[in-house]
Amino acid sequence: MRTVSELLDAHQRDPTRLLQLLRDVQAASGQWLPPRVLTEVANGLGLPRAHVEGVAGFYAFLHLEPVGRFRVLVSDNITDVFAGSHDTLRAFSERLHVEPGHVRTDGVVSLDRTSCTGLCDQPPAILVNGRAISRVVGERLDAVVACIEAGTPVDRWPEALLHVDEGIRQRGPVLSSRLAPGAALRRVLEQGHDARTKTLEAARLRGRGGAGFPVVTKWETCRTAPGDSVVVCNADEGEPGTFKDRVLLATCADLVVEGMTVAAHCTQATTGFIYLRGEYTFLEGHLRGVLERRRREGLLGQGILGERGFDFDIDLHLGAGAYVCGEETALIESLEGKRGVPRHRPPFPVTNGYLGRPTIVNNVETYADVAVVFANGVEAWSALGTEKSTGSKLLSVAGDVERPGVYEVPWGVTLRDVLALAGGVDARAVQVSGPSGELVAPFEFDRRLCFEDLACAGAIAVFGPRRDLLEVALNFARFFAHESCGFCTPCRVGTHVAARSLSKLQQGRGSSVELTELETLAHLLRDTSHCGLGVMAPNAYRHWLRKFPEDVRRRLSASFEPSFDVEAALMNGRHEGARR
Amino acid sequence: MTGKVKLATTSLAGCFGCHMSFLDLDERILPLLERVTFDRSPLTDVKHASACDVGLIEGGVCNEDNLHVLKEFRDQCRLLVSVGACAINGGLPAQRNQFDVSELLHTVYMAEPGLGRRALPDDVELPRLFDKVRPVHEFVRVDYFLPGCPPPADAFWAFLTALLDGREPTLPRGALRYD
Amino acid sequence: MSRPRFTLDGVPVEFDEGQTLIEAARAAHTYIPFLCAHPDFPAHGSCRVCTVLVNGRPMAACTTRAAAGLTVESQTPSLHADRQALVQMLLVEGNHFCPGCEKSGGCTLQTLGTDLGVTSAGFAHESPQRPVDASHPDLLLDFNRCILCELCVRASADVDHKHVFALSGRGLHKHLIVNAESGRLADTGMSVDDVAARVCPVGVILKKRVGFSTPIGQRPHDVAPPRTQVEGKEEP
Repeated sequence: MRTVSELLDAHQRDPTRLLQLLRDVQAASGQWLPPRVLTEVANGLGLPRAHVEGVAGFYAFLHLEPVGRFRVLVSDNITDVFAGSHDTLRAFSERLHVEPGHVRTDGVVSLDRTSCTGLCDQPPAILVNGRAISRVVGERLDAVVACIEAGTPVDRWPEALLHVDEGIRQRGPVLSSRLAPGAALRRVLEQGHDARTKTLEAARLRGRGGAGFPVVTKWETCRTAPGDSVVVCNADEGEPGTFKDRVLLATCADLVVEGMTVAAHCTQATTGFIYLRGEYTFLEGHLRGVLERRRREGLLGQGILGERGFDFDIDLHLGAGAYVCGEETALIESLEGKRGVPRHRPPFPVTNGYLGRPTIVNNVETYADVAVVFANGVEAWSALGTEKSTGSKLLSVAGDVERPGVYEVPWGVTLRDVLALAGGVDARAVQVSGPSGELVAPFEFDRRLCFEDLACAGAIAVFGPRRDLLEVALNFARFFAHESCGFCTPCRVGTHVAARSLSKLQQGRGSSVELTELETLAHLLRDTSHCGLGVMAPNAYRHWLRKFPEDVRRRLSASFEPSFDVEAALMNGRHEGARR
Repeated sequence: MTGKVKLATTSLAGCFGCHMSFLDLDERILPLLERVTFDRSPLTDVKHASACDVGLIEGGVCNEDNLHVLKEFRDQCRLLVSVGACAINGGLPAQRNQFDVSELLHTVYMAEPGLGRRALPDDVELPRLFDKVRPVHEFVRVDYFLPGCPPPADAFWAFLTALLDGREPTLPRGALRYD
Repeated sequence: MSRPRFTLDGVPVEFDEGQTLIEAARAAHTYIPFLCAHPDFPAHGSCRVCTVLVNGRPMAACTTRAAAGLTVESQTPSLHADRQALVQMLLVEGNHFCPGCEKSGGCTLQTLGTDLGVTSAGFAHESPQRPVDASHPDLLLDFNRCILCELCVRASADVDHKHVFALSGRGLHKHLIVNAESGRLADTGMSVDDVAARVCPVGVILKKRVGFSTPIGQRPHDVAPPRTQVEGKEEP
């Protein structure tokens, strides 16, 4: 076990590495961060102690209170819930003798829920000490319990238990790419700057993270901004229901890194980061291996492919359980070792990003697409898709479908096509792009997935005929309340109030008063939130209210009711010994 | 509103300070009485409200008796007005929300000296306590709020005269206050 | 040479290059409701109370730079309702009991609420448990009233150079912490003379032994509430 001092040295006592350091220190010091350790870290980095504690307190996977030697976190993503994650949680609670949210008295195990773990195609999923485990029911659940009770360290659990399925159902130009490492890069080097820009322009490639910003515009702005550019790969795939980046990184990491290296060449960047969500720690070893191999192959480091002055390397940073870090400025803050609070914009990262340097932040898939565009050529790429949405799109399909998994489809397919592919034709609703996206009703299933119609960041969560869409809305609303960074008032409090109003509806206590409140909150969050999280948060329920009025009407109580159980509140106020 | 308006007032977990402030209307009570009849109120000693136009309620909800009174009052009043800090956010009694009720009672009746017989009050006539003191609007629909500790007499005057004149009540500068 | 200008609720406002909307409005003695903004510190932009419409788009006036020709709207019914709701959210998030608070009459949250006509907290109260820190000989910390504006964090870091305060947690669990392993203010370098000790807009950081010394009617906001301070007019 390494000491705090050794770990400080391993991270060069660099304050920007605070989050990475805290992850390592926690792992080395008994899975939580005691006050004394935070002081040591602060002193070692020359940072105010309160700053270090503030950073540690921001991330869900960093603990300021003791936790169990085994920390079991059950995914609270709605498709995991519908696949029985609450039963899994209950089973763990009963069999491991620990209440959710608590540590067992012997300190061996703690149990809790967590936001989507990105294994929605293999539900219900859990994390044990940060390690993702899929399909935790039946014998696999028995095996997890046995391993914990036996005290076996997680990395020595049976391979079959730790195995995560690849999950690819349909391949397109990206997933079927057999690109030799460096091939796209060589093409890029052959082309001059103008030709490269032309290629990107002609490909009309747009960011895959959701916003669909034209890649060439972002890169050109970054390139021409003063300062050393930085290339960041956003692998903080936190949107519940999305797991296509997990698949890309597990199966096509070279393609992604190649795309990043192309980006570095185009923007004249020397520094690169992959920001990998903490839930995907199981991919860390694989990715470090790929980066190391590429360094050996001359595809990273000094003088890439023998080109003088083409120096670029990539550092892998891990997140620690904070959805908001998927927002690019929050991600940059986190990369700098700070709390993941989104910045004010402008200035934008393309001119003032990581440590104030021009920075491009693109999605994992975007970089893979870049490599494919340069390798296969613009024509092959643009032959797929629509006018404004060229090429292919990776979809993470989960929920009530026969064949969940990743499907690479050309942009422009209808939702009905996707449902047919995956075997979910009887869906009563589909959540497209996760909680911050849109709930789509059957009358809209002929809408096309493309930027012109129904933009999609990747998540397709399918809800079958018997699913309660209010449960979905409530789950999403609670997710936003849990993940709000807390910076601005409307999001910090409003997401919580919205979740409570929906909970009231679910308990049959909600009236038109709550509907009005939800509408007010939707308006307020949209207009006054600091960042996209708050702006999008009402999407958790807005579409349900609008598109499923019958559902809503059935849940309404005729008159105003308290939001809590009055009788229970009296019982809780009853004092021992009195009122016998 | 036309004709004489029926007005009721009551107090839950409050100190009757809001009622005292209402009485600070002084001679303005006389013109008010020309337009208003009092129904249930400590001022009339009527114990149960009949159907009323306006109900003023002070105090928060700290026990089941408060809730009983509140429900009956709400049912009888066309417009319900939460009056004063306690009705609006629990006020002083809600300071106990920081503590567990059981622990609090033990501290007060068992641990701290001064009460003589060390026993928890356990008469069956005593209403059960809520775990927290809550404002009125968390139990029933409230139409208007008149904040202040207490609301100044000018606030009562401005509010009631507006209602009686059929205007949407607004409070003049200085009359809308939280302390 | 004439200075550039934008319009605020139809009235032209001149500004200097680099000024934010709220700074320019303040210089022109025009009040845009605010809470976490402070003239001596860079904009924070967290309370969102100063949200205005800039060419129809909602933006925080404290973080948006003034530009020539902008059409800015502040006094609209919709923004007024938004601001009321934001104040109500802050009121339910903490434990705000004005009658017993020594900051009453000098509290920016309280005065903003009454100024906006907020008569109740509206939403259900959170009633969070937040013990006070009375460890320091000269100062009391009552976290129940914290609105997370970070003015003390910024003052202590940027002016006092002590870094006594920081924020931890996130979402509704976000909270103010102090720079000590014990978690107690007494064990930090905080002094009663620090700028951070007098910058709190609400009643979190209080000097001991001086409370309730000013009679009602003569307290800071009785005499000059923020609106009056900006507009430069006497209270009627």
